[in-house]
Amino acid sequence: MGKFLGINHLNASYGDLQALWGVSLKINEGEIVALIGPNGAGKTTLLRTIAGLHKPTSGTVQLGDTALHALPAYRIVEQGVILVPEGRKLFGSLSVLDNLELGAYTQRARGVRFKTLQHVFELFPLLAERQKQRANTMSGGQQQMLAIGRALMGLPRLLMLDEPSLGLAPMLVQNIFEIIKLMNERGVTIFLVEQNARQALELAHRAYILEQGKVVGTGTGRELLHNNEVRQAYLGFAPTTG
Amino acid sequence: MSIESFLQTLVYGVFVGGIYGIAAMGLALVFGVLKMLNIAHGELVMLGGYASFWAFSTLGMDPFASLVIVIPALFIVGLALDRTVYRHIVRLLGEEKIKNSLLVSFGLTLVLQNLAQWLFTADERAIQVAYAGEGLNLMGVTMPYTRLGSLLIALLVTLGLNYFLHHTYPGKAILATAEDFEAAELAGINIHRVYMMTFALGAALASIAGTFVTVTYGLSPSIGIIWTLKALIVIVLAGTGSILGAFPAGILLGIVEAVSGAFIGATYREVIGLVIFLLVLILRPQGLFVGKN
Repeated sequence: MGKFLGINHLNASYGDLQALWGVSLKINEGEIVALIGPNGAGKTTLLRTIAGLHKPTSGTVQLGDTALHALPAYRIVEQGVILVPEGRKLFGSLSVLDNLELGAYTQRARGVRFKTLQHVFELFPLLAERQKQRANTMSGGQQQMLAIGRALMGLPRLLMLDEPSLGLAPMLVQNIFEIIKLMNERGVTIFLVEQNARQALELAHRAYILEQGKVVGTGTGRELLHNNEVRQAYLGFAPTTG
Repeated sequence: MSIESFLQTLVYGVFVGGIYGIAAMGLALVFGVLKMLNIAHGELVMLGGYASFWAFSTLGMDPFASLVIVIPALFIVGLALDRTVYRHIVRLLGEEKIKNSLLVSFGLTLVLQNLAQWLFTADERAIQVAYAGEGLNLMGVTMPYTRLGSLLIALLVTLGLNYFLHHTYPGKAILATAEDFEAAELAGINIHRVYMMTFALGAALASIAGTFVTVTYGLSPSIGIIWTLKALIVIVLAGTGSILGAFPAGILLGIVEAVSGAFIGATYREVIGLVIFLLVLILRPQGLFVGKN
């Protein structure tokens, strides 16, 4: 398991407001890495910066030998680094099938899209049934499946998911987490941002904690699950007295 | 009014509306994808008209045949305008973008008008084809070949654009970018390329309208603003998110203008169009050809 994605001293701002302060982290090939932290910590900004939607003010994002921070977003997708964004961002007026086909827009993915489509339909049989349906007429859970399916169509090497469980019923959340695990077993490296810290830590090999734009902690999922501060801040345990 | 002259009025409304539709589709495409209002769209119609006039007067080409030159020519003009002017605006966000696009394209309107005046003089031009006075006669309704040809081509272009947008990868990339440009980037689409191609496509559509205008009415450097206005009315009728809906909306405006011109008087034709524009804005702001949500 060699180093795969390396982020070094990344700074990012929105105007005068600095959102990321010298963030460094690494993701090894084949891992599931979770990123947890409170609202407004900069988790989404970090994912958007890796994906090329937001340009860092300084610092680097390296995928192997490729400097991702110097590439426009569509070239980053060509490298196999694919984000399932917060709020899903589907092409609402287009059909399920159109959404999936657009996911395979890059040359790399387009050639094998029919094969990939079969895999996605195996993972999400519901999408196969609803190919012709307009994306914005589906329920939240179905839309999340479509968002993940669309990302898979691009043949991700690193799949980044921003709050995939947000607004979903517990059973659906379970379903989404199982799919993430399955994808990982099939060789996709996962970078997962979650509010749902417990489930994220249970699933992840390793995790980072981001607070106020800084990495304030890291460890294996298991370590963090048993860390007192993490338990109090993110897992809903009352501080132990005495 | 006899049935025949009513039918004749209706048919002419459809003919005129076809030109409105093609002109408006180009504007709607640019507006829907680049999210900026190109006031200079009418000037692209005008330039397209001059391109076909030039092909007719110097190469002796039939105006409809000249589209094979006119369309690529204006497509290239569109590419050049995007590279030099519009790509700087398209990067702006929200209100900045729409304000700047209005100002810059208004400036471009003046530049292109003056350029046309300098190149082609302010004289009114028109194309008189050999078959200008001829046409079909169905039940007392006259349909000149020039008008029929324009409508037929407009229809084919609309169908072609529909196929391109909904059934090809580059077309779907345009729709995806219109819907959500960040999601499009995340799918691996080079949105700046999409913007450039869309703008050029808008200019190409304008050139087709320009050719029809030259065959049907006449041409002078100042006709642009009228066509921008008509196209604006049409895209509000269609609904600002609807690209292909601009075509039926154009036909509708053509019919309404023709019928009201016949019943109320030609002076009020334009007024009726604007009244309908306001009514739609007030009563159905999402437009006539947009579904729920």
